[in-house]
Amino acid sequence: MLSFLARRIAIAVPTLVLASMIIFALQQLLPGDTATALSGEERDPEVIAFIREKYHLDRPLPVRYLLWAKGVLQGDLGESIRLQKPVIDLVAEKLPVTLQLACLAMVIALVIGVPMGIVSAVRQGTTADYVANGIALWGLSIPNFWLGIMMILFFSVYLGWLPASGYVPPSESLIDNLKAMIMPAFVLGNAIAAVMMRHTRAAMLQVLQSDYVRTARAKGVSPLGVILRHCLRNAAVPIITLGALEFGQLLSGAVLTEQIFSVPGFGKLMVDAVFNRDYATVQGVVICTATTYIVLNLMADVAYFLVNPKLRRS
Amino acid sequence: MSAPGTTKLLEVRDLAVAFETRGGMIHAVNGVSYALETGETLGIVGESGSGKSVHVLAMLGLIPKPPGRIARGEVVFQGRDLLALPDKALRKVRGGEIGFVFQDPMSSLNPAMTVAAQIVEPLRIHLGLAGAAARRRARELLDLVRIPDAGSRLDQYPHEFSGGQRQRVMIAIAIACKPKLLIADEATTALDVTIQAEIIALVRELKREIGMAIIWITHDLGVVAGIADTVQVMYAGRILERGPVDDIFSDPRSAYTLGLLRSLPDLGVRDVRRLRLQPIEGTPPDMRLPPAGDPFAPRNRYATPRCFLEAPPLSQAPGAAPGHLVAAWYDLPGQLARERPTP
Amino acid sequence: MSGAEAAPATVTAARSAPVAAEPGPLREIWFRLRARPSAVVGLVIVLALVGMAVFADWIAPYDPSATNWGAVRTAPSLAHPFGTDEVGRDLLSRIIHGARASLAAGLTSVALAVTLGLPLGLLAGYAGGVIDGAIMRLTDALLAIPFLILAIALAAFLGPSLTNAMVAIGLSATSIFVRLSRAQVQAITAEEFIEAARAVGNPPWRIALRHILPNIVPAILVQATLTIAAAIIAEASLSFLGLGQQPPAPSWGSMLNVAKNFLDQAPWMAIWPGVSIFLAVLSFNLLGDGLRDALDPRQRN
Repeated sequence: MLSFLARRIAIAVPTLVLASMIIFALQQLLPGDTATALSGEERDPEVIAFIREKYHLDRPLPVRYLLWAKGVLQGDLGESIRLQKPVIDLVAEKLPVTLQLACLAMVIALVIGVPMGIVSAVRQGTTADYVANGIALWGLSIPNFWLGIMMILFFSVYLGWLPASGYVPPSESLIDNLKAMIMPAFVLGNAIAAVMMRHTRAAMLQVLQSDYVRTARAKGVSPLGVILRHCLRNAAVPIITLGALEFGQLLSGAVLTEQIFSVPGFGKLMVDAVFNRDYATVQGVVICTATTYIVLNLMADVAYFLVNPKLRRS
Repeated sequence: MSAPGTTKLLEVRDLAVAFETRGGMIHAVNGVSYALETGETLGIVGESGSGKSVHVLAMLGLIPKPPGRIARGEVVFQGRDLLALPDKALRKVRGGEIGFVFQDPMSSLNPAMTVAAQIVEPLRIHLGLAGAAARRRARELLDLVRIPDAGSRLDQYPHEFSGGQRQRVMIAIAIACKPKLLIADEATTALDVTIQAEIIALVRELKREIGMAIIWITHDLGVVAGIADTVQVMYAGRILERGPVDDIFSDPRSAYTLGLLRSLPDLGVRDVRRLRLQPIEGTPPDMRLPPAGDPFAPRNRYATPRCFLEAPPLSQAPGAAPGHLVAAWYDLPGQLARERPTP
Repeated sequence: MSGAEAAPATVTAARSAPVAAEPGPLREIWFRLRARPSAVVGLVIVLALVGMAVFADWIAPYDPSATNWGAVRTAPSLAHPFGTDEVGRDLLSRIIHGARASLAAGLTSVALAVTLGLPLGLLAGYAGGVIDGAIMRLTDALLAIPFLILAIALAAFLGPSLTNAMVAIGLSATSIFVRLSRAQVQAITAEEFIEAARAVGNPPWRIALRHILPNIVPAILVQATLTIAAAIIAEASLSFLGLGQQPPAPSWGSMLNVAKNFLDQAPWMAIWPGVSIFLAVLSFNLLGDGLRDALDPRQRN
């Protein structure tokens, strides 16, 4: 167990370091003088001087990276020039909102995608299979920001059932919070549901063809028992692993969804920062996203490990 | 070996199975009929694609439908037609009255379930055993199939067992409910020769203890010699020859059986041993277009023109032991006698 | 006996194969693709979109940028089948011209990703060792940043424009092709015919170009088609956020961005661009799925 984890972490750490280098290097893409560009809308010489100092812009690039990375490790993601706040505080403030949205979306994706995948695998080649595949293709092809707009058009503008925007923290009113979050979560979960359906279907098809499923049937296990006791457990391994990879997709999608429904999360923070030329905040959001993603994959590996007895014992 | 009983346990009548594929309909089993007595051990021999495995899977509803389809026939087991049984009743037969052992012990056990859980499953379904009682019985079964230190191995996973041991576990599962019939489908093919012999010895012992009938499916005539009372040779979805094991080996009447015997290196059958060891020339027919005549005719040097036109019925071989049936228009012993130079 | 007869025939066939004008693989793919209705539908829509983009100037009834203050946000009518937008531009004309941005972004960014990713993947898979390790860690790192987030960040730092959006999407998609071509190379290098090519003394670059590359083209083609679908969504997303095509040039994504402010007064402004994106993405997905089935029967389930 420990050596397995150690190996995974040994891969995750250099990945994270390289990712941080890439994110740091983004600064170099800025046209003209970095300090002036970083200052964004402000053209105040004092601010520019502060930035030059803060990012050690007079030092060579590798040194700057190391100083920056050291700061990041200590939780210093830089200053938002625009909002006059440390980026880490902004992220800490917005992250829970996005996480709630992402988790709701993942639940929706699993609740829709996994049963649909199971049914279409078990009923392979039937109408149910074709319908499920059609829905999945629809889910993959529909741009989620457009789906969001259409849902606002229908549920908010036309029916008037749900608010088009207006986030309410769950601490204030859980009902209002869910009312505001259900549409964004559905929009976000929609595409992932399609992917989960495809993964589940593929995994189930493979398991259904396996010899041990035939053994189970030869024992007299009922069809439902075969699916629940014998198939799902084995199909869960690829579903979990691939599902974790979809979390990146979820974070990408959150940027747009939050924009459409004005949910004050991570993605909105990033887009607003992009327009305010608040580059430190953009970098901060990206590095947090990458870290979250890598950690989630590490967790998926652990989960994979836990449901796979072959790895657990040896 | 226990003497075969006298009552019919299983009667297969004109069973035909087909598979619908993109390339056309594959006629895998084409009118197979035979009977199995209580306590009898029947060895079914044939190459892959002969329909030997498909027909037993089909009779228990274990082929995927679609693409599989039972075209016609009846399978009467203890007075009931299995093919006409509703799903639920058929499930009671599977694993309860008929136990099944498959070829590959590596993949036939569920990798994510403990051995105990997999042995307990049929006990729960068919005997209603649960909890400590089921566990006790599972342990007894592991003892019965000679797995040392059974108690501590119950909670292990299949990958912690060797190939031979896994096949023992499979056998434990198959006999868990003391079935009337055990079907072993290439049960020793994937195993080393020494382990093969151990497994066969174990099954013989279990048969004595439980008194079940056995259908032993294999492509290896040598294995059949060690276990079967009766041998049945299948080719292209049909039975070409069937008879008591000794007669089949000493007095084969089908050219295909002869070919199989000739491809065996060391067998204590003097008559055919003198002949040169040789493979059977040619390939089996395309099962999308099953031949009208004897399916083996194109590969048979003794084939007569009639063999290509009309399928021979399975009937008593003239001059052979009673119950020795063959489907052939040609006269194999006569042909062989003519070929052999008189001393 | 049959073996002795068959042998010369095989040799002749092998010798004459390259001489023949190679109708083989491509035609084979076409026949198999044609047998799949969904793939044909995808192909037809793709071709229609390409035609629309190429001949936009002739097809479009109006100048896509011509404002008409007398016909602001008019509902669909005979004069304007899709209606008009907030400054009276004809939506149909803008949709037709918008196909250019979407297709250009989809094709260019994927071309960029393949051009960068394929050689890197070939190198990593074929060279192995330290080079492989370095390239793979780099793609891991790139993949750790979710596709759209990386594209947004790149577009943010590069500055908003359609060209920069294409570069950003292309760079973000590169790692997909590195991984894919590396995995393919590794699978194929293990096969016997590569061993044989090496045994007769072919230099590594020749093996890579003549023997390995042709064998991984099908997989790359399938992935490229599916990635075009993803890139079209990404371009629309970036344009929707204002980071892609800049107004007044038409793009489906930026049209939606404007439309969302007029949902209650002019819902048609939001419907047509979305339908267009959906159809474009759907058609490339259908085509990609169809190609995969046609090229690799093993993957079909």
